[in-house]
Amino acid sequence: MADAIFIAMAVVTVGGAIFALEAKEIVYGAIGLAGSLFGIAALFFLLDAPYVAVFQITVYIGAIAVLILFTVMLVRQENWAKELPTRSLSKLAGILTGIAIAVAFAFAVSSTNLAGDTVIQNVAGFQQIGQLISTGYSPVLEVLALVLGAAVIGALTLSRVDREEEKQ
Amino acid sequence: MNSLSDFVLVSAVLFGIGIYGLVTKRNALRLLFAVEIMINAANLNFVAFGQYMPPPAGSQAALGQTFVLFSIALAAAEAAVILAIVVVAYRLHHDVDVSELDTLEG
Repeated sequence: MADAIFIAMAVVTVGGAIFALEAKEIVYGAIGLAGSLFGIAALFFLLDAPYVAVFQITVYIGAIAVLILFTVMLVRQENWAKELPTRSLSKLAGILTGIAIAVAFAFAVSSTNLAGDTVIQNVAGFQQIGQLISTGYSPVLEVLALVLGAAVIGALTLSRVDREEEKQ
Repeated sequence: MNSLSDFVLVSAVLFGIGIYGLVTKRNALRLLFAVEIMINAANLNFVAFGQYMPPPAGSQAALGQTFVLFSIALAAAEAAVILAIVVVAYRLHHDVDVSELDTLEG
C-alpha cells in the first residue's frame, strides 16, 4: 500500500496537470502546470533522488514556469481570454485516446510483478551523479551545453524586433 | 511502502493527460503544457525504474538520475524555443490558435 504522502503528491501532480489543460484563463493554467511540476519534484524526493528533485524545482519552476508566465502576460489581450471552444467530437476523441493509453499502460504494469518492488535499491548520491557526468558522459554534457546555447541564440533571433520593419 | 508500480501508474496517467491535451487543444501554449506534462511523465518513469531496479552488470547506480538531469536541460531548451515561436506567431497573427497558423501550408 502506498504512503499517504505519496497519494497526496500524486493527486497534486495529476490534478495540476488536468487544471493546466482545462482552466478557463491560461494564466491559471500556467500556475496549475507549476503545481504539477512541484508534485513531480516531491515524487522525486520520495524516490530518494533529492538532487534530481532540487534540479527539477530550480529549472522547471524557477525557469520554465516563470518563462511561460511572462510569455502569457506579454501576449495577453482581450481576445486572448476567449479561447475558441474545442469541437465536442475532437474533445471526445481526445478523452478516449488519453484514457485508452493510460488504461493500456496500467494493464501492462499490473500484469508484471513490479508491485513487489518496494525497496529502493540504489541510493546514489551526488558523488555518483557527479562522477557519471564528469567522466563517462562528459561528451553528453558538452553537447547539451551547445544545444542550450544554440536554443537561446535561436530564441533571441526569432523574437528580435526588426526596427526598420516597425517604422513602416 | 510505495512500490514501483505506484510510480509507474502515476506516470501512465500523466502521459494519458498529456496525449489528451495534445489531441484536443488548439492554443499553442496549451500544447506546450501538454508536451511538458508528457516529458515529466517520462522523467518520473526513468527515476522510478533507476531507483528500484538493481543496476545491470557493469553500469552505474546513478544512471537513471543522470539521464533525467540531461532530459530536464533539454526540455528547458525546447521550452525557450517554443515560447519564442509563440511570441513571433502572436506578433504576426495576433492569435496563437495553431489551426490559424497556415501561412506555410501549400
